[in-house]
Amino acid sequence: MQYNLDTPLDKEVLRKLRAGDRVEINGAVYAARDAAHKNMAAMLEEGRELPFDIKGQVIYYVGPCPAKPGKVIGSAGPTTSGRMDVYTPVLVEKGLAGMIGKGLRSRDVIEAMIKHGAIYFGAIGGAGALIAKHVVSQEIIAFPELGPEALRKLHVVGFPVVVLIDSHGNNLYEIGKKKYRQVYTLNL
Amino acid sequence: MRVIDASLITDTVENLCIAANYCLGNDMLDALKKNLDVEESDEGIYVIEKIIENANLACTEQMAICQDAGMAVVFVEIGQDVHVTGKSLGEAINEGVGRGYKKGYLRNSVVGDPVERVNTGDNTPAVIHYDIVEGDKIKVTVVPKGFGSENMSALEMLKPADGIDGIKRFVIKTVDRAGPNPCPPVVVGVGIGGTMEKAAYLAKKALTRPVNVRNSAVHIRDLEIELLREINMLGIGPMGLGGRITALAVNIEVFPTHIAGLPVAVNMSCHATRHAEAVL
Repeated sequence: MQYNLDTPLDKEVLRKLRAGDRVEINGAVYAARDAAHKNMAAMLEEGRELPFDIKGQVIYYVGPCPAKPGKVIGSAGPTTSGRMDVYTPVLVEKGLAGMIGKGLRSRDVIEAMIKHGAIYFGAIGGAGALIAKHVVSQEIIAFPELGPEALRKLHVVGFPVVVLIDSHGNNLYEIGKKKYRQVYTLNL
Repeated sequence: MRVIDASLITDTVENLCIAANYCLGNDMLDALKKNLDVEESDEGIYVIEKIIENANLACTEQMAICQDAGMAVVFVEIGQDVHVTGKSLGEAINEGVGRGYKKGYLRNSVVGDPVERVNTGDNTPAVIHYDIVEGDKIKVTVVPKGFGSENMSALEMLKPADGIDGIKRFVIKTVDRAGPNPCPPVVVGVGIGGTMEKAAYLAKKALTRPVNVRNSAVHIRDLEIELLREINMLGIGPMGLGGRITALAVNIEVFPTHIAGLPVAVNMSCHATRHAEAVL
């Protein structure tokens, strides 16, 4: 299936998504990676409010290249999501509805997604120049001292992603690999 | 004794950092295009098409192929009849990296202390490997190394009795465990032999060889071909979405080793395996 979704995301609609569905995302997404996640986790631990209302929102795991003069942003492809796993379940509990990244997720993250109806979307890793064309604005909203790791609000239009893991636990990585894996001679 | 001014090295490194990050090598582009015909999965074909489109766009628009413009790994072969003046060779290289990443609008991805983790702000220092060779020239190879793939690399001290099957099992297991994380289709750099650090060095060095060039030793060339065939049976596919093309090439470098050991290092590298070189 093909979907066109606006952020903040509607969790009722998200329950319909299945691993392998293609989605175009429009609206605000929040760019955060390792250091910003560490800071956000510390804020929650100290009982402080996050720098943005996370309900229904999407976090994009990205640390973009600087924008050349006249451009909105530099290359802006996804980073490996698994490094954010340790910080993620609490954000999903707080209402985070979508994550955009690439790579494997932990059991804890997937369980939180199933429980709270969140989706893990995949963008093409290493396609940063192409993806930058879908970003129409960016502003740093917290942790400017982190440079490329600062928390940013990006406005995206028609950002192409695929559902990697849906809110029922279906995992495109597992489905895809199983389909094409050939009988193996070496005992791994 | 030939004299080379350090500023020439700085300028060269600056240019190489930008060139490597903007335009993917023709060997990589050709391998991607060739594998479009081999890939059977629709998702896989779509991903490879987008990867090629992205590489062409980056080169045309003069922007980074990937936002992870990497930690700069620099291989320097210094002819023993060369004398560098002006400043130290290491300073000259790092100054070139700093200038190249700034001028090229490339992301600064280096933290100064691995524990305290404060960004150095200019992507320095580079990881520099020096090699003294014959002659009066300096060859500089810049390898911007992204960490999505670097993180999936591994090293194992095998036993001599593990032999070629042990080597194959370890390499394939490393690629299998990496799954989608290193941005497949990958290039697999393998170092076999030497000591622990020598094997790791060889694995990195192997990534600087074009993907269409096989090792000149017949038994190692055959191992490269066989490993590629078996890796592409894993089913991981482009970006891990399932498919035939998990790797574009396996590049192996070897070195003599100890009677008691068989070190094997696997350095994973993404579909944007980048390097640029110049001879001064």
